[in-house]
Amino acid sequence: MTLQLNRRNFLASTGALTVAVVLPGAAARAAVFGADKRPPLDPRNLSSYITVNADGSVIAYWGKMDMGQGTDLGCAQMVAEELDLPVAKVSIDQGDSGTSVNQGGASGSTGIQMGGVALASAAAEARFQLVAMASKHLGVPAEELTVTDGVVHSRADANKKVSYGELIGGRFFDTQLEWNKQIGNALFVKGQGQRKKPADYKVIGTSPARRDVGPKVMGTIDYVVDIKVPGMVHARVIRPPVAGAEPVTVDEASVKNIPGVQIVREKAFLAVLAPREYDAVKAARDLKVTWSDVKPPFPDQNKLYDHIRNAPVVAKGGDKDVGDVDATFAGAARVIEATYEWPFQSHASMGPACAVIEMGQGEATLYTGSQKPHFAGEGAAVMLNLPKDKVRGIWVPGPGSYGRNDAGDAVADAALIARLTGKSVRVIGTRQDGTGWDPKGPASVHKARAAVDKDGNIIAWDFSSKGFSRLDVSSNESAAADTLAGQAIGVPLKPTNVFNTPEESYRFTAKRKTWETVPPLLDRGSPLRGAHLRDPLGPQLHFASESFIDEIAFATNQDPVAFRLKHLAEPRDIAVVKAAAEKADWQPRTSARKQVSGEIARGQGIAYAQRSGTRSAIVAEVEVNLKTGKVWGRKFTVAHDCGVIINPRQLTATIEGNVVQGMSRAIWEEVKFDDKNVTSIDWQTYPILDMTEAPETIDVVLINRPELAPSGAGESSMRPLAAAVANAIYDATGLRLRQAPFTPDRLKAGLA
Amino acid sequence: MAKMSLNVDGRVHAIDADGDMPLLYALRDDLGLKNPRFGCGLAQCGACTVLVDGEPVRSCITPVESLGASKVTTLAGLGNGKAHKIQEAFIAEEVPQCGYCLNGWLMTAAAFLEKTPKPSDAQIRDAMSGLKCRCGTHVAILRAIKRAAQA
Repeated sequence: MTLQLNRRNFLASTGALTVAVVLPGAAARAAVFGADKRPPLDPRNLSSYITVNADGSVIAYWGKMDMGQGTDLGCAQMVAEELDLPVAKVSIDQGDSGTSVNQGGASGSTGIQMGGVALASAAAEARFQLVAMASKHLGVPAEELTVTDGVVHSRADANKKVSYGELIGGRFFDTQLEWNKQIGNALFVKGQGQRKKPADYKVIGTSPARRDVGPKVMGTIDYVVDIKVPGMVHARVIRPPVAGAEPVTVDEASVKNIPGVQIVREKAFLAVLAPREYDAVKAARDLKVTWSDVKPPFPDQNKLYDHIRNAPVVAKGGDKDVGDVDATFAGAARVIEATYEWPFQSHASMGPACAVIEMGQGEATLYTGSQKPHFAGEGAAVMLNLPKDKVRGIWVPGPGSYGRNDAGDAVADAALIARLTGKSVRVIGTRQDGTGWDPKGPASVHKARAAVDKDGNIIAWDFSSKGFSRLDVSSNESAAADTLAGQAIGVPLKPTNVFNTPEESYRFTAKRKTWETVPPLLDRGSPLRGAHLRDPLGPQLHFASESFIDEIAFATNQDPVAFRLKHLAEPRDIAVVKAAAEKADWQPRTSARKQVSGEIARGQGIAYAQRSGTRSAIVAEVEVNLKTGKVWGRKFTVAHDCGVIINPRQLTATIEGNVVQGMSRAIWEEVKFDDKNVTSIDWQTYPILDMTEAPETIDVVLINRPELAPSGAGESSMRPLAAAVANAIYDATGLRLRQAPFTPDRLKAGLA
Repeated sequence: MAKMSLNVDGRVHAIDADGDMPLLYALRDDLGLKNPRFGCGLAQCGACTVLVDGEPVRSCITPVESLGASKVTTLAGLGNGKAHKIQEAFIAEEVPQCGYCLNGWLMTAAAFLEKTPKPSDAQIRDAMSGLKCRCGTHVAILRAIKRAAQA
């Protein structure tokens, strides 16, 4: 008999079965044909991750979100793979605490490696359950069934078939998963369904078109700045002219002519609001405020690195020593040393952060571009004095995000203003707020020492870092203490003092890697608070460690590529270094080649790094204008191994973005400040790479490891970029740069 | 506040606003158009770009009273109801990451290609040098503009 049922008569004819059939397996509960209502949003419920629509298409609920690198599409591919569906039939509902469990938001390049893997595991269970349902329905043992494009059918008789839509479409799985009890990035669930083997992949490894590109290019997509809610007022927060100062007097008369203006103040927090946005702009501009007279908090920027070297140590850490480091140094034929310095850097997102709070009765909705809508919703609840489950956090695309930028502060600002006024509020900053007051990637100094034997082998390595913590404010935004508004109203601070060490597999007889953090320059309301900026600490640590590897290679008359290959332990690391060098047509050299033609010196440099299991090696080819000191990164060759590749096109685009942003940070970006405040507050004072400086070529060599789990690609190729450029500048000019960024002034001074 | 009319994307709109208010706020808040976006308010990034009588203009610093009868075109009106060739090329090259800056690149590139239909690489770079993209999609933008020029 062939079952050809439309949904209505299918449900009518099988309704009685819903109570009669119980699935095998301890984890599976009854109600084979699903629940009519979506079960509660709980990490253990399969329905929290997967829904089959009436037409057989699938929604996967992702407690993370894509910031434009195509990771949502990657998740759709992983879910489609496990469910044997065309990827077009899988949509991703992302970053909404009302529809998804908290998988940690966009964080640490874990979108695919943790978030996607959890969804794939849930999808494997969904397939298992659907096949079990089909088995009962068709009277065919599950092991004799297979799935093609969402239709479960007998292997022997293709006419014995039933579609996902017919089985459960429009209702919900009522099945529980094993949950690892983690919330956030590490959340993982598992059922009885086994994930596919790499040999059977059909969707993973392909490059279907991204879904957000058309709406973005046609201008039909909503960004957070486009959200309008009923009764919404427009607010601007007033930041102090001297960091740490608090408002003393606020002259209400100075803005009284502006229609509907309202001033909001609690302790050091000050904001203006108005029904019309431009009126709020004018009020923020015109409001006369006198500020408390505070001691200017910041040191002379020219002495920043001395400040760090001399500052007390707040916390220290590092990796376990390998071998007897001190004894090996003591007996070494030669010891080489160098120090490196990296400045504060800004997220400088394309627009200042915006957040909207919509007030309801005893509840509220947050619209945010923050990377952490679940945590940010909890943070908004704290500010609103509401239970944390009464604020729904909804992510809406924002002006880019590369870590903990100003979006989290905008959330707290909006929530605090909403509590103080009872109104629905939209907050947006100025460019100066976005670049001047965002949390910063921390400044640091790095001291590297190496002991070399008579054959030029490194036998001992001692790499120590000292800098500001990368977590003055947390990346999760659930605590008021981590926001400017929370700090302004006096919430006790709870910074985490932490730094990192370089990630590599160099096999030295003795090895020590340590770090120390120093106190923040201003502990409360600081525009120089340390936070995660794309690949937190990665560029600075590996600028130092990978520049130093080159220094040792040249000091001992060895080629930088051969020198790395000689010391690297892990085959995958060796493979990326070899692949980048070969693709870039690496020319072995034992000293700077200084290829000069007219005013232009050309050079090639390599660097490599691991990042949480991903490996990347970059060969940079630069042109240095000897007259102007300007560096152009003409060509980059990136070899990249992040385990199994889900979507090669999006991976390539992600690497291209990392290279350009990394180059921008390497040659231009440095937060400037005087004793009172940050002075790099716009695109003139905080320049980034522009189109005239874009690379001519970015060659990407993708190494696919289908047998290995995906390990993330959002930040990995940012990591060795600055060192590759510094090493290329050395090859071009013989100038060793130990301080970033590599600006024209610094080049000119070094070459003079 | 003063009553003014604005010709935007082929329609004339009446607004009541301060004459010195930047055009950007009129477009976004009075007309409900969302593609010109606030990026800097300083004419440094281009996210707010519109065409005024065919020329790219930074709406964040353009007083609304300065427009008179000029014809303003936003991204929504660029392709006359369908995708402009620059939009087709940006879609084919999957240019955007966050996409917040995109409006400026599309509007500026569209106007540039009108005047320079077969540009060199250097001409494209120069013409686009005043725009910012923080996600670093520059090489994809270059590919897309070259693709549009060949379309």
